[in-house]
Amino acid sequence: MSNILKKIYIVLIFLFLYAPMAVLIVLSFNESKSRSKWGGFTFKWYAKLLSDSDIMEALFTTLMLALLSSLIATFIGTIAAIAIMSFKKGMRTLVLGITNIPMLNAEIVTGISLMLLFIFFKVKFGFTTILLAHITFNIPYVILSVMPRIKQLNPSSYEAAMDLGASPFKAFMKVVFPDILPGVFSGLLMAFTMSIDDFIITHFTKGAGVDTLSTKIYSQVRKGIDPKMYALSSIIFVSVLVLLILVNLLPNAGRKTKAEKKG
Amino acid sequence: MKNKFVKLLSLPYLIWSAGFIIIPLIMVFYYGLTDKSGRLTFANVASITLPVHFKSLIIALLLSLISTVICLLLSYPLAMILASMNKGNNKLMILIFVLPMWMNFLLRTLAWQTLLENEGVINTILQLLHMPTLKIINTPYAIVFGMIYNFLPFMVLPIYNVLCKIDGNLLNAARDLGANEVQTFLKVTLPLSVPGIISGITMVFVPALTTFVISDLLGGSKILLIGNVIEQEFTLNSNWHLGSGLSIVLMLFIIISMIASAVFDKDGEGSAL
Repeated sequence: MSNILKKIYIVLIFLFLYAPMAVLIVLSFNESKSRSKWGGFTFKWYAKLLSDSDIMEALFTTLMLALLSSLIATFIGTIAAIAIMSFKKGMRTLVLGITNIPMLNAEIVTGISLMLLFIFFKVKFGFTTILLAHITFNIPYVILSVMPRIKQLNPSSYEAAMDLGASPFKAFMKVVFPDILPGVFSGLLMAFTMSIDDFIITHFTKGAGVDTLSTKIYSQVRKGIDPKMYALSSIIFVSVLVLLILVNLLPNAGRKTKAEKKG
Repeated sequence: MKNKFVKLLSLPYLIWSAGFIIIPLIMVFYYGLTDKSGRLTFANVASITLPVHFKSLIIALLLSLISTVICLLLSYPLAMILASMNKGNNKLMILIFVLPMWMNFLLRTLAWQTLLENEGVINTILQLLHMPTLKIINTPYAIVFGMIYNFLPFMVLPIYNVLCKIDGNLLNAARDLGANEVQTFLKVTLPLSVPGIISGITMVFVPALTTFVISDLLGGSKILLIGNVIEQEFTLNSNWHLGSGLSIVLMLFIIISMIASAVFDKDGEGSAL
């Protein structure tokens, strides 16, 4: 395959992946409420966004869920990953098998299974049930991104720290933690993203009166999406894009330690 | 002593996964195998043979298989090109594919309505170019389209990962021993990338088979997939027993693909992360 053909192929695939983003950004400036008619350019959806208390509340719920669930999942997942590496092979395979269930299982099955759990134990559906569900599907992402880092660890450096008089906790914080930090961080980011983007599991575990952006949008599908949603999504998308570009331009701490190790 | 303490760190997670992964799955079986009065019954599971349910399962299987095959065909060359371009720059690749997730999944899929509609963006462009227009919105084609769009990254990333790990010396050795490009690909690259392919197939097939959102948004809610039937049993009819029974059937397919990925991908080489 010639180089030009390769480049054309990549461009086509990325057009395919990013075309909806372009459509949504264009729609956020559309005067008309219809998704298929262009009614002229306007900023009004952006201007009205902050005063829409329904959307702001859904945004707040979404962000709180993502923040809490990813932080709790990162904590539970990271310490679990460390422990799992010290398990004997059989036990490790079993635990990792269970870890894979939420990732490989269908979201609808995960969603309804948690819904049934809450129904069975008569837990009131609301913010807490969604949070529990999000933590559940977030933990595997953390474990799977921390574990490769732990595999790369040199166990002697931890033992050396202990020999030199550090307590296990101190040895962990000073020697192990800095090395696995990039994995912890990417797990956290992945978990946060998954939580923000989730619809299916939230759909089954939310109660009446609590809405995330996703469930709010789903409830608007039949009667027509509020164009303020396009405006909000465009803002979120563009800010994440800018943030990612900035982070990638700054020198990367994770890559530096790797390079040092190799050198 | 120290080892024991480290093992204890897994306790919160073990309790969590028992409470929120294992017990919920047992709940699905409990509800699926009982009726409203709590008596054991196979009627819920057997209801998959009802024409309405069976048809929805067959359509879902068909559409998800087609989407999986197309995803594989689109992804493999892409993964090869990406792997040859930036070996090792894994982070950037993941970012490019994860970035769209920051725009809501439902809105992204709805945007395809705007693009694919009979009077939509794509048809307007086609008309300007005097080309035949597409009539695919609210048809199974649109659902396949949406599945490919949503799940393509799950195929590209695992394949890209295994391709990056292939030792370039192996390819050089094959060429030195007289294999041409096609032979090198068939005898070296392809067999070594099987774990990635299998992992990609399960990562696309399972969500495609079980979706209810994509068919809802792009199929004009006329086409019911098995996912739609289950969703309606839970949210509209509140018939948890029937919904669970059908979910048990669905899980059979999921378990088959899980076993397949476990057999082919023992070391987790093909994982997307």
